[in-house]
Amino acid sequence: MLDIRVARRQGSFQVDADFKAKNTGITALFGPSGAGKTSVINMVAGLLRPDTGRIVVQDRVLFDSECGIDLPPEKRCIGYIFQDGRLFPHLTVRGNLTYGMRLTPPKQRCIALDQVVDLLGIKHLLDRRPAKLSGGEKQRVAIGRALLTSPRLLLMDEPLSSIDDGRKEDLLPFIAKLPRAFCIPILYVTHSIDEIERLADNLVLMADGKSIATGDAAEMVNRIQSGTNLRVQAGPAATTC
Amino acid sequence: MTEALSLTPLEAEALSLSLWVSAWAVVGSLPAGIAAAWVLARLKFPGKILLDGLVHLPLVLPPVVTGYMLLVLMGKNGPLGALLQKTIGLSFSFNWKGAALASAVMAFPLLVRAVRLSIESVDKGLEAAARTLGARPLRVFFTVTLPLIMPGVLAGVILSFARSLSEFGATITFVSNIPGQTRTLPLALYTLTQVPGGEAGALRLCVISVLLALLALVGSELIARHIGRRLRG
Repeated sequence: MLDIRVARRQGSFQVDADFKAKNTGITALFGPSGAGKTSVINMVAGLLRPDTGRIVVQDRVLFDSECGIDLPPEKRCIGYIFQDGRLFPHLTVRGNLTYGMRLTPPKQRCIALDQVVDLLGIKHLLDRRPAKLSGGEKQRVAIGRALLTSPRLLLMDEPLSSIDDGRKEDLLPFIAKLPRAFCIPILYVTHSIDEIERLADNLVLMADGKSIATGDAAEMVNRIQSGTNLRVQAGPAATTC
Repeated sequence: MTEALSLTPLEAEALSLSLWVSAWAVVGSLPAGIAAAWVLARLKFPGKILLDGLVHLPLVLPPVVTGYMLLVLMGKNGPLGALLQKTIGLSFSFNWKGAALASAVMAFPLLVRAVRLSIESVDKGLEAAARTLGARPLRVFFTVTLPLIMPGVLAGVILSFARSLSEFGATITFVSNIPGQTRTLPLALYTLTQVPGGEAGALRLCVISVLLALLALVGSELIARHIGRRLRG
């Protein structure tokens, strides 16, 4: 179970998210740009500190403002795939892939380099530098790099947004395969209904920094598309945290 | 002809002393320079403007003032100088170590400026990514930040090395003009201009200085290009 309840004030913007998600499959964090989605997963990753709240991933408390728990990012065992890839430009693809793997104690490694390289089809890229890769190739390497730390949760922040449309089709099947192939839940930030229909099992709807509804992805997409006003329905429930 | 091209013992002494003193000045101040640059680029704290000013002081003060302050502070009877002499037996007064210290202090602002600029241009997102991959802050610095700022560090090293080679005022004030200890190229040149018939020797030292500086600049440019190519893939 992922149990996430975070509040943080950023200038005049208030992020206030509260949701639970299953330990399997892909949970999409959906909402318009500026809804606070990235802030929420940055808090889950430990890159941003909530003012108050509690973050539990697979029965491990990562943050709890009341108990004074705040694990640094490197202790959270969470893989993060950023919107812009963020591959290390001074290392080869192989160096990037093994960067986190070598920092993971051998006992905790449950994902092998060969397995990831095969699944993502990046064997021919291993000795290249990130500057020579296309957008799609970069994101596949970034996914591999995060997977190789054998994380308990994968965070993806609009991983397809910097890739042109034709190439998205290549990457979608890879992402869809991940939860089952490696038994890792994914928290997937997007503002694309299409990606949700293709990938997500569950959906958390966000607007104006608040999580306003949670539920089965297919059902929620139906309701969004049929124009039901989710905000009114879910409003009271979301405020009782 | 070949005689004119080979160095006299005096010239050789001044040249090798210059290289030795400058090398130690750079190597000795590099860790402190990178640390100061990082603090100025990344941290916010009250009094930061003061630290910034202190680092840059040698750039704007007359070198004689810097040399005199070193003499008062680090000389045999200076508070810091006496303490270092007593605790670890390190003395800076009137020897090549003092010359290296004077050069290091004078070149410090140039080193810090170059490194600071390159630290400010490092994408913090890459450092955040390294943290999520399991690296502690110190490891992130050595495996991500430092390799990425290498061109800047190198530029700083070359600049401060060149500045050390040309150091004169602070050195002569702090550790005087002692052959074989503190008489570097500029001091040797100055000495020759003070004696009758020294013009030819002074001119030769002048040419040596120019060649040395050119060599340093061309070398740094070549290395910077090489590193740039590697980063671009």
